Amino acid sequence: MKAGSDLEKVFEAGKFAVTAEIGPPQSANPEPLLQHARMLKGMADAFNLTDNQTAVVRLSSIASAAIVMREGLEPVIQMTCRDRNRIALQSDLLGASAIGVKNVLCLTGDHQTFGNEKAAKSVFDFDSVSELYTFNKLRTEGLQSGGNVIEDEPPKLYLGCAENPFATPFEFRAMRLAKKVNAGADFVQTQAIFDMDMFETWMDEVRGRSLDKKVHIMAGVIPMKTAGAARYMKNKVPGMIVPNHIIDRMKTASDPKKEGIKLCVEQIEAFKNIKGVHGVHIMAVKWEEIVPSIVDAAGLLPRPSLK
Amino acid sequence: MIVAERKPLGEIVEMIAQLHKVTVIGCRSCVAICLAGGEKEVKMLISALKLKNRKEGRKQEFDGFVLERQCEKEWVKEVDDKILASDVILSMSCSLGAQTIADMYPEKVVVPGLNTAMFGVPEEQGMWSEKCLGCGDCIIHTTGGICPIARCAKSMLNGPCGGSSDGHCEVNLDIECAWYAIHERLKLQGRLDLLEAVRPPKDWTPSHSGGRRIIVREDAKLTQHQKRGKEAVI
Repeated sequence: MKAGSDLEKVFEAGKFAVTAEIGPPQSANPEPLLQHARMLKGMADAFNLTDNQTAVVRLSSIASAAIVMREGLEPVIQMTCRDRNRIALQSDLLGASAIGVKNVLCLTGDHQTFGNEKAAKSVFDFDSVSELYTFNKLRTEGLQSGGNVIEDEPPKLYLGCAENPFATPFEFRAMRLAKKVNAGADFVQTQAIFDMDMFETWMDEVRGRSLDKKVHIMAGVIPMKTAGAARYMKNKVPGMIVPNHIIDRMKTASDPKKEGIKLCVEQIEAFKNIKGVHGVHIMAVKWEEIVPSIVDAAGLLPRPSLK
Repeated sequence: MIVAERKPLGEIVEMIAQLHKVTVIGCRSCVAICLAGGEKEVKMLISALKLKNRKEGRKQEFDGFVLERQCEKEWVKEVDDKILASDVILSMSCSLGAQTIADMYPEKVVVPGLNTAMFGVPEEQGMWSEKCLGCGDCIIHTTGGICPIARCAKSMLNGPCGGSSDGHCEVNLDIECAWYAIHERLKLQGRLDLLEAVRPPKDWTPSHSGGRRIIVREDAKLTQHQKRGKEAVI
C-alpha cells in the first residue's frame, strides 16, 4: 500500500472502482459541499474536488476536501499547475497530506483564458508530468524538486492523473500515458468518453504497451441532460469528441434526462468488460445529485467496505 | 526579431498632452522591419498627431527622425542636441530603445509610442508570430526545432495537453498546437523516441525568474586603453 486510501484498497482488491466529481462553490459557503457530501456518501469510493475548474475562481480543492471529510467522504484533490509554482504546489501537497488527504490528481490545468480571471499571469512552472514526477519523488524519497530531503516522514500519497484519448495527436496518447506512469501515476481518470470505438482503439494501444498492468484506468463519463449539452461538448470543449449518433439519440429521446442516465449506465456496463479498465469516473457537472441513480443502475452498489 | 505594435493614437496623445516640444524617434532595426517604428511610421504618427491637434485646438511642436539602433548609446549620442532641446521624447522603438534614451537622459520625459510584444518572426506579409521567450536555456534540438516554452500556451515540456484539437491549441483555434507540431516534426525525422522520456521540472534560473539578467563577457570588454581611444574618437 502506498497511501492506504479507500480508492487504493478497492483497486488492490481487484474491484471495479467508482469515483465521482464534486465541484466546489464559487463562495465561502461550505453548505453546498456538505449537502453533496451527505447525498453522495457511500455512492463512490472517492470524490474528486476540482481545482478552480475551467479557471473559474472557486472554494479551494484542499479546503473542500477538508469539508467533505467531515462527512466521512474520501477526497481526491485535483492540483493544477496553472496557478501555483513548485513552492506552492509542494507546500499545498504537504498541507493536504497533513489534514489526511491521500489521493492527489495531477493536472496541467485549463488555461486561464477560459475562466473568469482572464487577466491572470499564468504560472505553469510544472506540467502534469513534471508534477507527478516531483510528487512521486516526494513520497518515495522525501525529495523536493529543489534537492532538499524531508527529514520527517514523507507524505503518503496515492497519485493520479488524467489522460484524454480524444485529443490530437491520437497516436501519441498512449505514449503520453506511459510517460505519466513512468513519472509515478498509480491511477488515471480519462476525459469523458462518448466515442466508444475510439476509446477501445486507445485501450488496445494502452494494453499493447502493458500499461493496464502498471496503472489503474478509470473511464470517464459525463451524464447529459439535453441534446444541447452534447452539442456544446462536441463544438465548444477542446479535445472532446461526441459522435453524431449520441447527439441524435439525445435529440429524439422523449425524456432526455433519462436517456442521458441510460447512456451513462450502458457505457459503464461496457467498461466493465473492457480488459484493463478498472473503474469509472463520473463527472456529473452541476448535476451531482444524479450520481446515486447512475451507480445504482450500473450495479455498482453497495461500494465495497475494505479494511 | 523584436516585434512591436504602435499604441493607439488616443493613448499617445494623452501621454504627451501637457508637453510642448515633442521629438519622435524611430529605429531602423527590428521595429522598422515589423512596420511599427521605422521612418514611414514616424512620419505617419507625426501627421496624425498634428491633425488631431488641429482638430482639438492643441498647439505642440513636433520633430521626428530615425536612429540606426535606438538601443545603442553610440547612435543616440549623435542626436544629443535634439534630445536636450525637447520637452518629451516619444520613442517609436521597442522598449529597449526607449529605456536607453531614458537612462541616458534621466531629466527627460520619455514615453513609449509602441508596445513591445514579443520575440517573433514574420510569417507572411503583415503577420508575425512569437517563437521564443528568452528562457536562457534552449532545448529545441530535442523538440524538432520548435520551442514549446514560447509556442505552447502552457509552456509544457511534456505536451500536448488534453485540449489539443485537430492539431490546434485550445486557447486559440487559429494557432497550431506546438506539441502536435513537435510530434509531426519528430515523426518526419524518425525521432519520436525523443518524446518518450519524462522531462523533469525545468530550471528557470537562466530565465527572468532568476532575477534580471546581465551578461558580462570579459573577452569582449574593452581594456582601459581601448576605452580611452574610443572616447577620443567620439
